[in-house]
Amino acid sequence: MSLTIRETLLAFRRAPLLSVLSMTTIAFALFVVGLFGLVALNLRTALADIEERVEVVAYLIRGTPVEISTMALGDIQAFPEVASVQYVSEDDALERARRQLVEFQGVFQDLETNPLPASLEIRLKPGFRDEDHVRQVADRLRGFRFVEDIRYGREWIAKLDRLRDIGAAVGLAIGIAFALASVIIIGTTIRMGVLHRSREIAIMRLVGATDGFIRRPFLLEGALKGAVGGAAAMGLNYAAYLAVDRTLFDSVFFSRAEAGLIVLFGTALGFLASAQSVRRHLARV
Amino acid sequence: MIRFTNAFKAYPRGSLALKDASFHVGRGEFVFLTGHSGAGKSTVLKLIYAEEFPTSGEVRVAGVVTSELRRREVPRLRRRLGVVFQDFRLLEDRTAEENVAFALEVTGARRGTIAPKVMRVLAQVGLAAKAQAYPRELSGGEQQRVAIARALVNDPHVLLADEPTGNLDERAARGVVQLLRDINANGTAVVMATHNLELVRQAPYRVLELQDGAIVYDSAVDEVRSNVGGQRGGTVT
Ligand SMILES: Nc1ncnc2c1ncn2[C@@H]1O[C@H](COP(=O)(O)OP(=O)(O)O)[C@@H](O)[C@H]1O
Ligand SMILES: [Mg+2]
Repeated sequence: MSLTIRETLLAFRRAPLLSVLSMTTIAFALFVVGLFGLVALNLRTALADIEERVEVVAYLIRGTPVEISTMALGDIQAFPEVASVQYVSEDDALERARRQLVEFQGVFQDLETNPLPASLEIRLKPGFRDEDHVRQVADRLRGFRFVEDIRYGREWIAKLDRLRDIGAAVGLAIGIAFALASVIIIGTTIRMGVLHRSREIAIMRLVGATDGFIRRPFLLEGALKGAVGGAAAMGLNYAAYLAVDRTLFDSVFFSRAEAGLIVLFGTALGFLASAQSVRRHLARV
Repeated sequence: MIRFTNAFKAYPRGSLALKDASFHVGRGEFVFLTGHSGAGKSTVLKLIYAEEFPTSGEVRVAGVVTSELRRREVPRLRRRLGVVFQDFRLLEDRTAEENVAFALEVTGARRGTIAPKVMRVLAQVGLAAKAQAYPRELSGGEQQRVAIARALVNDPHVLLADEPTGNLDERAARGVVQLLRDINANGTAVVMATHNLELVRQAPYRVLELQDGAIVYDSAVDEVRSNVGGQRGGTVT
């Protein structure tokens, strides 16, 4: 193993320019992958905030007895999509209106009868906060006799869905494109290294080195380049994140695990690309 | 040790490089492989170190039939052979010592055992004093000695030499042949391809002559016939 490391370092030392060049290219390719990851991440976080507010409100027919509402509460709570249900009585609604609409406090004070209906406020579980599920829940609620009307932000829920789908698709496509680009770049730089050392490889084979032995320093080299490139890309991504966070808007960065995963991804790319290059070379000699 | 049985070799897009070759090289033997350029000398050596495989017939080396070897078994065979070439094939950015050590390192030899073995073979080829020199700092003859030391360091049964004197002047060439003779005297079989007939005449060894891929003369076989005729063989053209 120490021999493998020595040979790998020798490869770096012999062609420093090539090594630096390939690591820089890998870093930029992974940087772009990371940027799209960041955009996707921030989009998701922003959407999650909005989705939190996805709720379905069922207004109850005036005069519905509290016992019936309470019973319905249990039934609705048992829907698989439902995270929580809250019963808002007529008085609660009025109280809330008074608190929220301070300017019209007088209006609500002078009322003789309460014009506001009681309602059930239903929040859905994450994963069910899309148009189809919301509509299903609404349809089921309509089945209750004491439900007078149902409200939910249908239109913007649909938009949210589309935004999420487009974001995911674009992010995925661009991510895959740049990941492929990094594979090709790493493969090409390793291939140049292999050709650079084809004489040495021929001599190694002559004196009885196994293919595995010949391959090992190249694999380590590829993995190392991928790791260094990945780490550099993370650094650039962090700088980009800081710049946006300080000047444009609050944003979030990858968790430590996610950042580690991307560096690991770079390492794996480097490893696989060099494995491919060396295998192709050895297959021909 | 080495046995060719009706071996043919046709390269892809090439004509027949070896035709129906049958011969045997015994343990500790010294054999000159002669013939004009393109006669098939290098092909015979490549068939021995499993760089090429016979198109038909059989090549048996150290008990194994080369064409039956799987790719990953070839290195094990190579470690039991030593090969040197006209162009030395040394690594330019490594010292003489490192070049020789390299052949041991790739076999996974333990670190501690490498240095003494390397120094022993460098001493054997008369280059102990130049262990730290880089190939460009050595003469052609010295570079070939480093290559020979590298070929010897794994204690091979056979040393294969493909025109080892081709790039050397007269004196250096004689020195290398003498070195090969010394190595042979220690029990290692040597197969040396050369078209330098002067060198061949100066040494009393078996001669295999190739012509257009066919063995046209084998002193081990034909000498018997010549002796019957009252003549000593070994003259080749
Ligand atoms: N890799 C190859 N592909 C095609 N033809 C080859 C190859 N190597 C050798 N030959 C041909 O095989 C014949 C014998 O070559 P070689 O064994 O190198 O002869 P020598 O070493 O005696 O000069 C020549 O005609 C040569 O052109
Ligand atoms: Mg030749």
